[in-house]
Amino acid sequence: MADGQKADGKWPMANGRQREALLEATGLEVRAGRTLAVRGVSAAFCGGELTAIIGPNGAGKSTLLRALLGLSPVEGGTVCFAGRPLGDQGRAERSRRLAYLAQSEGLPPETRVRDVVALGRGAGEWRWGLIPARPWSQADEDAVDAALERTDTRQFEERRVTELSGGERQRVALARALAAEPQMLLLDEPTNHLDLAYALELLRSLRREVDAGLGVVAVLHDLNLAARADRLLLLCRGEVMASGTPGEVLTPEHLYLAYGVKAEVIERGGRLVVVPAD
Amino acid sequence: MSADTALGTQRSRAFLASGTLLLLGLLLIAVVLGTGLGSVNIAPGAVLSALWQGVSGQALEGDAVIIWQIRLPRVVMGVLVGAALSVCGGAFQGVFRNPLSDPYLLGVASGAGLGATVALTLGWSHQWVPLSALVTALAAVTVTLLLAREGRRFPPTRLILSGVVVGSVLSAATTALMLRGEDRARQVLAYTLGDLSFSGWRDVLTVLPYVGLGCGALLLLARALDTLQLGDLTARSLGVPVERLRLLVVLFASLATAGAVAYVGIIGFVGLIVPHLVRLAFGAGHRTLLPLSGLLGGSLLVLADLLARTTPLSQVGIVTTLLGGPFFLWLLRRENG
Repeated sequence: MADGQKADGKWPMANGRQREALLEATGLEVRAGRTLAVRGVSAAFCGGELTAIIGPNGAGKSTLLRALLGLSPVEGGTVCFAGRPLGDQGRAERSRRLAYLAQSEGLPPETRVRDVVALGRGAGEWRWGLIPARPWSQADEDAVDAALERTDTRQFEERRVTELSGGERQRVALARALAAEPQMLLLDEPTNHLDLAYALELLRSLRREVDAGLGVVAVLHDLNLAARADRLLLLCRGEVMASGTPGEVLTPEHLYLAYGVKAEVIERGGRLVVVPAD
Repeated sequence: MSADTALGTQRSRAFLASGTLLLLGLLLIAVVLGTGLGSVNIAPGAVLSALWQGVSGQALEGDAVIIWQIRLPRVVMGVLVGAALSVCGGAFQGVFRNPLSDPYLLGVASGAGLGATVALTLGWSHQWVPLSALVTALAAVTVTLLLAREGRRFPPTRLILSGVVVGSVLSAATTALMLRGEDRARQVLAYTLGDLSFSGWRDVLTVLPYVGLGCGALLLLARALDTLQLGDLTARSLGVPVERLRLLVVLFASLATAGAVAYVGIIGFVGLIVPHLVRLAFGAGHRTLLPLSGLLGGSLLVLADLLARTTPLSQVGIVTTLLGGPFFLWLLRRENG
């Protein structure tokens, strides 16, 4: 792996500090249907960091994300959260710590925004995951309020989902994920179907959460959006081709090897910009 | 929590409470009309006092005898069956995330139809007809589940397709049997169109456990059903065991539907339309959708049965389908508009 040396679960950070891995995959192998879609992937994701998983179509990005959440059976290797294998942690515990925002998440129509966000409080403490075991509390109510506040969706909490624009819906979906007060948030192509303004706004919201200590892992297609992440993980044919800071990963060589496209990487206003040459 | 959210929550609670009151009022009106109108018309006041006589344990006399012994069991059966079909319809629409689902989706109705037809054409004694229908209804759902099974999973699309296949095959078998036993064909037809006219207190007490257990369990699963609306993967990430939920909803809904259908025949459209109406008026959350659908479905079926008794439409299943079909189209146009 191109990712520095690992010593006792500590990974060197760009600024020289040690990062403590919160979510960690070691030699992970996952099947999607009959093919092995993720082959021996090792990677570490930390709190207070925005990691983007990039790579061509079919590279295994979404499959990896689902395995990191414990939603897909793992063929080989392990996923650990806070040092313990995910498999040893119950469904309930997992659902409280790891939140997931699926690709084009289904939002129930005819439902008030506030009620949708409240669904994010999840089934963690339910009996068999099916029947709420305790009444809705003030803490639940406060978490929903905070999630609405942080995603700027408070002003339409009484409206029905059907009345919202695409960008507003994605903010509601983000609020739903944040309502669980997770330690780590994993998003599958959250900027799909969003125009540039909404996509940037979403990244700004994610950045605010990261600054507040949340660990965020997002599968992104747009490399110029991905360049705004703290770290990148470049997957190709189910394997890690490169990982590290945007500067380390977004190089013409990597892009050519992964996408088969000749591209220049230039720096503009302190950020990297990928410009295809043809 | 700021004042305006508190207000918002209060407003929606008040809205819900007024909806519940409204539907309870409708149910009361339906019950009073259903028991009051018939070959002998009894005024609402007299109906209420007769109902009170029975409830307070006084000796029944005059109209109260007609009401308690003949009309009320039929009305109560209507409430039970209408509520069961509507709650199960709402639960099926939720668990399959498909607004066109109804409680008959997985073959319960055609299963019950076949069982009743076998019993009727073989000339079994009358009390065996519902039992035979109940057994075949539950067997039909079991076959559908086995056909759709993929390891330990029951993918929704495969469930729906298997349900269609099982339904068609059983309907064909029913028709074949019906044509062979021509002299019984009329009875079979009457059963498949739904009929509340034979319902007595014993039938009500027999159906009650199926409907009570099935619908009660579905109400407990309402919040998990809400979470499922976010999609399978998201619901699983929130800690809901999606496959188990789907199986339980199918089992409990089939139990309630089979119990209802076995005793009164196949009543169409109630389970499809009522949840749509409630969703339109009160929103889609299953914790309100399921109980309010039960209230509305119970009232509407009693009123439909009243129309069947007092007009030449003659059977409740004909009324619900005849009025329900066009009404559903109107509803669809409204939702799309």
